[in-house]
Amino acid sequence: MSEMRDNCVQPARGPIVPVPESAAPTVGAMPLQEANKMLAHVGKEAPDFEANAFVAGVGFKPVKLSDYKGQWIVLCFYPGDFTFV
Amino acid sequence: MLAVSTDSRFVHKIWQEQELSKMVSGGVPFPMLSDAGGKIGAVYGVYDEAAGVDIRGRFIIDPDFVIRAMEVLTPEVGRNPDELIRQIKAFQHVRATGEVTPSGWQPGQTTLKPGPALVGRVWEVWKP
Repeated sequence: MSEMRDNCVQPARGPIVPVPESAAPTVGAMPLQEANKMLAHVGKEAPDFEANAFVAGVGFKPVKLSDYKGQWIVLCFYPGDFTFV
Repeated sequence: MLAVSTDSRFVHKIWQEQELSKMVSGGVPFPMLSDAGGKIGAVYGVYDEAAGVDIRGRFIIDPDFVIRAMEVLTPEVGRNPDELIRQIKAFQHVRATGEVTPSGWQPGQTTLKPGPALVGRVWEVWKP
């Protein structure tokens, strides 16, 4: 488990913001369409991200959502380890 | 299946070893992701800023990377894996056949073929 040896602080990319298609300069607030693209909606593309992870039998490794493209994915958020429910 | 909370990967490891492995033989087999700072949860609309945690939210994403379903609950109530699996099977059936699945559909039950001929005739075709 060589991946177990890593630093205390290991930045991951977090949400991966898509590069805007047009190079048109935006002044002030981000256009609504661009902002919406970054948020999760049913029927729309899933916002990609990378996070540090613990994987049983493997150890610590960064996981990117789009690594699983082509498969059915269940993404499951929960309030915390060691909570009751 | 990817599990995500704001806990660090270190806490995930200890939770797996100290508790989960005693509830699930061999521990949970899927990656446990760390959403430090809730940035990912914020994008998915499940980050509770006041509490600093991601609340219960689950998303079904199809092979084209399109979100097909989401369910978000406040933390007190746990989820129903049977309903999650039912929805995945229904979305897989729809994807394979182009048919649509009525309320409460289970594999093997009647599906509907949308089109002009079905308008106003669902009551004849679908008898739950």
